[in-house]
Amino acid sequence: MSFETLTTWRARLAQGELSARELAESYLARAQALNPTLNAFVHLDGDEVLKQAEASDAHRAAHGARPLEGLPIAIKDIFCTQDGPTQCCSRILKGYHAPYDAHVITLLKEAGAVLFGKTNMDEFAMGSSNETSAFGPCRNPWDVSRIPGGSSGGSACAVAAGMAPAALGTDTGGSIRQPAALCGITGMKPTYGRVSRRGIIAFASSLDQAGPMTRSVEDTALLASVLCGHDPADATSVADARAVDWLGACRARDMRGLRIGRPREYFIDGMDEGVARAVDAAFETCRVLGAEIVDVSLPHTSAAVAAYYVIAPSEASANLARYDGVRFGHRCDAPADLLDMYTRTRDEGFGAEVKRRILTGTFALSSGYYDAYYLKAQKVRTLIRQDFEQAFARVDVLLTPTSPVPAFRIGEKTDDPLTMYLSDVFTIAVNLAGLPALSQPCGFAHGLPVGMQWIAPAWHEDRILAAASAYEAATDWLARTPELEGEQ
Amino acid sequence: MNIDVRKVAMLARIRLTDEEAAELGPQLAQILGYIEQLSEIDTDDIPPTAHPHDVAMPLRPDIVTNGNRRDALQQPAPATEAGLYIVPKVIE
Repeated sequence: MSFETLTTWRARLAQGELSARELAESYLARAQALNPTLNAFVHLDGDEVLKQAEASDAHRAAHGARPLEGLPIAIKDIFCTQDGPTQCCSRILKGYHAPYDAHVITLLKEAGAVLFGKTNMDEFAMGSSNETSAFGPCRNPWDVSRIPGGSSGGSACAVAAGMAPAALGTDTGGSIRQPAALCGITGMKPTYGRVSRRGIIAFASSLDQAGPMTRSVEDTALLASVLCGHDPADATSVADARAVDWLGACRARDMRGLRIGRPREYFIDGMDEGVARAVDAAFETCRVLGAEIVDVSLPHTSAAVAAYYVIAPSEASANLARYDGVRFGHRCDAPADLLDMYTRTRDEGFGAEVKRRILTGTFALSSGYYDAYYLKAQKVRTLIRQDFEQAFARVDVLLTPTSPVPAFRIGEKTDDPLTMYLSDVFTIAVNLAGLPALSQPCGFAHGLPVGMQWIAPAWHEDRILAAASAYEAATDWLARTPELEGEQ
Repeated sequence: MNIDVRKVAMLARIRLTDEEAAELGPQLAQILGYIEQLSEIDTDDIPPTAHPHDVAMPLRPDIVTNGNRRDALQQPAPATEAGLYIVPKVIE
């Protein structure tokens, strides 16, 4: 029963088949049994979860149900929560307790959700495999010798393994979509500006966006509808950010007449054959469902990774300057002077990948290099945006593979940072252009899940939710679940 | 490309051990070598993108919204005293 959708649980709770407490108990038992193997959660306090579930049952009895009443949602360790630690899976934030809730956490609480622990992630969301976490790697439930993807690896693993029915992730260059694809679940990065970034520990502020990770497309619409909305305290949150009937868009399950663009740059040499086959078959399914497939070109795609690895580290180097041992987090022992305190605190607190990115960004922003690196990358970013604008003049949505390969083995790419960066080759351009995109399961390669990515013009999440739900209804990938030892 | 990794690390206020510096130098050179491909793209007359959408920065009323939460906000600090953050001596 751990693989039911949020939507199903919502209906069963409403019918009084079970209480929020019973639902939470059942997920807690499974999460606690599987976590020693999978390492999806870095914090899970059963008493705290059950207290929230009981409060939800009381609220339902006294006032009726709110949109997510009693539904357990696992939270990536990047979201500030007043209850429990918020550590961004970094040594530098060891033991940190946030003095306030992230805006989206407030929204979840107001919607009646039960906050279900903190999930594992790459340190400061910098990684594509969950291996840079200070708490050790999370594992893929389909093959525990493999990575779950990253950076929201713990959230993807938790949902895929039935440890929680849904989770929150964040996506700066693919960190919701790539782990969703590699673990065989659905995840959406909304349009930049839809979801408030307040209280989400910042990585690259012009790219970061939070979103849902769920089993079904309808669950993604349900959770996203709660997360989106204007927040005056985030200057990049737009005034009309609220979702427009996304559940309705899902329930139509219709893609007749939809023009789907197939960008030729996303079908590259070196792509896994099994992934290519699964995505080709999905295009055929869409054609059968009444969509029209149109070949399009996004000519600057190959420059996206390079532009991203200037822009994201530059913004990160500025954002992570705040970890100085003064106001929060780790401070080194017995500093000789202020400079010694800064440099040793940051050496001891940050892991290797975070240091690499801070140094890359510091270099790109340093005197004499700014124009050649940062300004150049921002201009290429404009070209990438224009590519999408031109494509969307001809088609309604784009459909691509989410990742060129299925989940790789733990340790396979850790010695070569650049090879790891290229894991995000299909997801990064979307962040640079600020577009909404959703990854959903579309088959298997070598026994491992394959995901495909829908991309829409800004503010048109409704199009991808309608198309993805139509595809989901015509296939049975949602019913496939991993077999895990130690299950009960 | 030759990068003075120690100089960059000092700008970023990160101490590097000799082993870290020896490893990070070639890695940064490799990453920046990959980024070099951007120089081959013609960006004459292309404006830079700092924000993905063409929106103006909004203004909000300049009013106090969350009151004085000094104690709560200082609670995670490594060292405070009388509402001040304590750091190593800066001025002799």
